[in-house]
Amino acid sequence: MSLWKHHQRFERNSILLIFGILIVIAIGGLVEIAPLFYLKSTIEKVDGVRPYTPLELIGRDIYVKEGCYSCHSQMVRALRDEVERYGPYSLAAESIYDHPFQWGSKRTGPDLARVGGKYSDDWHFQHLNDPRSVVPTSIMPSYPWLAKNRVPLDDVESRMKILAFLGVPYTKEMIANAKNDLQQQAQKDSPDADELRSRYPKAVVGEFDGNPGYVSEADALIAYLQMLGTLVDFKTFNNKANLR
Amino acid sequence: MGGEKKARNNSEKALTTGHEWDGIEELNTPLPKWWIWIFYATIVWSIGYWVVYPSWPLVSTYASGAFNWRSRSAVQKELELLQKLRAPLIEALRAAPVEKILADPQLLNLARAQGRVVFRDNCAACHGIGATGIKGYPNLNDDDWLWGGKPQDIIYTITYGVRSAHPKAHSGVMPAFGRGNLLKMPEIIAVAEYVRTLSGLTPPAGTDLALGGKVFKEHCAVCHAENGKGRRDIGSPDLTDSIWLYGSDQKTIVDGIYHGRGGMMPAWIDRLDEVTIKALAAYIHSLGGGK
Amino acid sequence: MQLTESNAARKSLNGNEAVAIALFALLAFIFICVAAVATTSEYSFHAFLLSAASVAAVFGVGNRYFARDIVIPQELVDGRPNYNMEPVRVATLAALFWGVAGFLVGVTIAAQLAFPALNFDTAWLSFGRLRPLHTSAVIFAFGGNVLIATSLYVVQRTSRARLAGDLSPWFVVLGYNVFIVIAGTGYLLGITQSKEYAEPEWYADLLLTIVWIVYFLVFLGTILKRKEPHIFVANWFYLAFIVTIAVLHLGNNASIPVSIASSKSYIVWSGVQDAMVQWWYGHNAVGFFLTAGFLAIMYYFMPKRANMPIYSYRLSIIHFWALIFLYIWAGPHHLHYTALPDWAQTLGMTFSIMLWMPSWGGMINGLMTLSGAWDKLRTDPVLRMMTVAVAFYGMSTFEGPVMSIKAVNSLSHYTDWTIGHVHSGALGWVAYISFGAIYCLVPWLWNRKEMYSLKLVNWHFWISTLGIVLYITAMWVSGILQGLMWRAYTALGFLEYSFIETVEAMRPFYVVRMLGGLLFLVGALLMVVNVWLTIRKPASETESETGQLQLQSV
Ligand code: HEC
Ligand code: HEC
Ligand code: HEC
Ligand code: HEM
Ligand code: HEM
Ligand SMILES: [Ca+2]
Ligand SMILES: [Ca+2]
Ligand SMILES: [Cu+2]
Repeated sequence: MSLWKHHQRFERNSILLIFGILIVIAIGGLVEIAPLFYLKSTIEKVDGVRPYTPLELIGRDIYVKEGCYSCHSQMVRALRDEVERYGPYSLAAESIYDHPFQWGSKRTGPDLARVGGKYSDDWHFQHLNDPRSVVPTSIMPSYPWLAKNRVPLDDVESRMKILAFLGVPYTKEMIANAKNDLQQQAQKDSPDADELRSRYPKAVVGEFDGNPGYVSEADALIAYLQMLGTLVDFKTFNNKANLR
Repeated sequence: MGGEKKARNNSEKALTTGHEWDGIEELNTPLPKWWIWIFYATIVWSIGYWVVYPSWPLVSTYASGAFNWRSRSAVQKELELLQKLRAPLIEALRAAPVEKILADPQLLNLARAQGRVVFRDNCAACHGIGATGIKGYPNLNDDDWLWGGKPQDIIYTITYGVRSAHPKAHSGVMPAFGRGNLLKMPEIIAVAEYVRTLSGLTPPAGTDLALGGKVFKEHCAVCHAENGKGRRDIGSPDLTDSIWLYGSDQKTIVDGIYHGRGGMMPAWIDRLDEVTIKALAAYIHSLGGGK
Repeated sequence: MQLTESNAARKSLNGNEAVAIALFALLAFIFICVAAVATTSEYSFHAFLLSAASVAAVFGVGNRYFARDIVIPQELVDGRPNYNMEPVRVATLAALFWGVAGFLVGVTIAAQLAFPALNFDTAWLSFGRLRPLHTSAVIFAFGGNVLIATSLYVVQRTSRARLAGDLSPWFVVLGYNVFIVIAGTGYLLGITQSKEYAEPEWYADLLLTIVWIVYFLVFLGTILKRKEPHIFVANWFYLAFIVTIAVLHLGNNASIPVSIASSKSYIVWSGVQDAMVQWWYGHNAVGFFLTAGFLAIMYYFMPKRANMPIYSYRLSIIHFWALIFLYIWAGPHHLHYTALPDWAQTLGMTFSIMLWMPSWGGMINGLMTLSGAWDKLRTDPVLRMMTVAVAFYGMSTFEGPVMSIKAVNSLSHYTDWTIGHVHSGALGWVAYISFGAIYCLVPWLWNRKEMYSLKLVNWHFWISTLGIVLYITAMWVSGILQGLMWRAYTALGFLEYSFIETVEAMRPFYVVRMLGGLLFLVGALLMVVNVWLTIRKPASETESETGQLQLQSV
């Protein structure tokens, strides 16, 4: 049969074979990925999503570093039980500033997409330190070192600059104030809290780890957890317009 | 072994492609029929699926499917269906004041059915699976209430929280007497021991209870009342009973006086709807401690 | 090369050696500088490690120069190809080492999920850091070394040509393992991008890119030198694996480091696009690393061991092209019901269904190659292992399309069912076909007639099969139970179980899984003992009837 004869050209010519492979594998990727960048329907139009504050950003980097994604999803699927258990299904718009995304692929622990404001800072602190002291049957590891490790203050600006370069709308002002914003957010009655909130609406300010001495990794991580899912106001969210 | 193979291959020569690599040959067997037909079937099925459901991306939109199906409208529908299914129950709970729910075993059963998992998914992390509390997080089974154990009190507490960010939340904290330099350490230890005696605990020998009593009158009575019975309006605990939010040992009490106290309970108004909160309140009230 | 022989009166550094020494010396210096400016001690540790590796490379090349003959090894010796098997041996041993390490970490994290105290409140022992260590150790360290070892072996034998390059095969094998060490120690120290199966940070990614390009060139160079007119089917699969993994790696790891002095980088993509790119990568890491690569192993080692011709050349062609074309599309089945647009989910699902038969094409070609030789399964545990591998391959490529159906995935996603599916593919297919290949390779590479003990292979087979069965049945039950509990409603229409109740329900299954993993690990240790005894055995029985023994390079 001729088909089999024609195929011999690939079998005899390794360069042709490689080009064949390249073309064949390029198609699917292009068709599925490229439209996500140009189709307007990909990302919903909603208000409220803002870049992470410097403290939240560092907290997110710690979330990444500790591999929390290996047990926790951050993606409420559009399924009845999930919406009832966790809250409104997650929108693409909610993770536009996530480099990288943290939707996860395994739920050994509960979804965290809407955990912000669900518990107190104290609870998070205690839970991270020793989950079984609050939830006796938890299988989550303890993270006692988070309270001890100081957050490095030096490179938060460069982190924000890179993200700005990648399209996160950090302004010059935000970057210039990054170090101070970071420290102020971790202070209970911070004098600069209002200024911080003018740059980052809804930012939660507090002494997250109960220790005013220094900004710890626990401070940053809890600040991040406390903002998860709090930015979009679902009471004003237009379901119909954003069906996609 | 090699010889045996040669023999077999010779007899099959006609079937192989005639090539050999390191002794490996290939037969020229045609494609299995069942294989190719199932393959075709999956392709046909996929084409059908593309017609029905949103599928191929285009220039400014995408093929939207014959019935405009979307996973988000689908879940919306499912939720509406569920709400319809539950509507009679929910309406019954909505219509009845919480006192009536508590009085009516049937309604109470409904409330408890709704309250149970909501409690476990949202509240148990702090108050424990059985609402028995842990250090710093009150037991909701007993009849000792910080903010009042009447059904309406409980609803208020759940709705707005305690020292949460909500403007209507219960507020007021106990000052940090040590950290704020209001009291010296000997005074703190003395008042701590004094407080312990209020609930019948015996202080170690040599404790200056007189000093303790004096400090209590001057600094603590405003909130905890002269007799130490506490005040529901500001959530200051009763110090005369044997129920402790944080603990009755000297160290814990000294710690509290030194650093201050003020546990935070989130407001649930943005997370849970009014009926769910009512059901929760009924559930908690029915645990045994409700007033 | 032929030329050097005639005027080789004096030994001298050849161009490659000189360039390599200069380059590695320069690198050693650069890494020292990086270590000096590094913002964290973890990163500077890595810079020192890389510097040490570069210094070792300089010494390695130097030593080799002093030890070698005046001429570098010839293409042909006595008219027969002078195969270069030394790097293959090293990769084979590395695979054994990383296999055991990866399984051990697997058992550890399995135990942590049953007994959380085993996290020991220690950062580098905590589950979130060990889990990526496990996945990378088994897939990239164990699987990757098996793929490198077998591909460099197979491409030489089926091309009847010595490996292309002289130093470069060494660079591939050793460079790849340096990458593994950097990646693995990085996870323990908290250096990760948290992109599943692509966790290594930017500098490790960069190292891998360079190693991979050289790997591609060595492989392609050998094919170009081939004495056979046609390229053997295993080599199509190896090529597709190498080329596609390069494309995926570059696309998914596109990132910008915070600075040269920092191990931290940010991925260029974000949110929903990043999710799509991630699972375009992640699914095809399965499709091209764990499938195409190991199918290549099957296409050489099964017919070789069974001494039978491959069942169908035509099936090879069709299933090869269909497989690589369709696999690329299936990524969105990891994102069903998420914020990824519906149209993409539809494509992911339908292409996964269409992928079923092309996947089974490989299974058919593997199993039917045995037709007429089924009796060998009783007597040859190595062949049996590979056959069971192919059966597991068939099973997980049936289960996969089923799980891609949105209705099924709404239940299975996020649960242990996925973990069960993963390990039926990973333990049953990937590890078993690798074990089979190693049991074939070791005697061939060390000029032995057969493994030290086939009985021990038999034990390995049965113990680990029991382990696999325990593992995946436990995960199926727990996964489906978990999925059902999450969505269970009471008669009144309220959710029935809280999340923590589902966590408690998983406990017994996590214990069973741990025991299953332990058995699998014990089996692997038997293999290591067997290999060790095989290599240690005096090489007196070097005569072989299989014709598989080859001339070793000098
Ligand atoms: C071994 C798996 C595992 C890892 C790793 C893990 N968790 Fe958890 N997590 C759990 C489990 C199980 C629960 C549910 C029980 C509980 O509340 O402790 C949980 C609960 C939580 C909760 C409470 C969520 C809720 O709505 O009740 C938060 C917040 C949380 N984890 C944050 C984290 C963070 C942050 C990290 C990483 C630093 C992390 N977890 C790592 C397993 C894990
Ligand atoms: C982050 C932890 C946390 C969570 C979650 C939480 N609570 Fe509380 N709750 C507290 C704390 C702390 C107090 C005590 C506040 C105080 O010290 O005055 C409290 C007090 C209460 C009280 C008042 C008790 C009294 O003695 O007056 C009720 C009722 C209550 N919680 C119900 C709930 C319900 C219902 C939920 C879930 C919907 C819930 N709580 C979730 C921390 C929490
Ligand atoms: C401004 C009001 C205020 C003053 C003044 C005050 N307290 Fe309190 N105290 C509270 C409140 C409110 C709480 C409960 C905090 C909570 O719920 O977390 C509390 C809690 C306590 C507790 C913990 C009870 C338990 O069940 O664990 C002790 C002990 C206590 N106070 C002792 C004192 C003493 C001794 C003083 C004086 C030195 C004092 N308080 C002064 C408001 C006050
Ligand atoms: C001794 C044998 C093994 C044991 C005990 C084991 C155990 C585990 C455990 C406990 C997890 C985490 C599951 C979870 O998060 O719930 C896991 C994940 C994983 N393992 Fe293994 N494993 C073993 C062998 C292997 C092998 C040989 C491979 C691959 C060749 C492999 C590939 C994976 C992958 C890819 C994941 C991630 C799955 C996902 O994210 O969905 N494992 N393993
Ligand atoms: C036709 C072939 C296959 C299809 C269609 C398929 C499909 C799937 C699906 C639907 C999931 C679950 C995704 C989710 O819900 O999160 C999955 C996960 C997975 N599969 Fe397969 N599978 C196939 C073959 C294989 C094989 C042969 C392996 C070999 C080891 C494998 C390894 C994995 C891994 C590692 C994951 C976990 C990914 C993660 O979430 O981390 N699959 N696959
Ligand atoms: Ca995963
Ligand atoms: Ca990477
Ligand atoms: Cu997949």
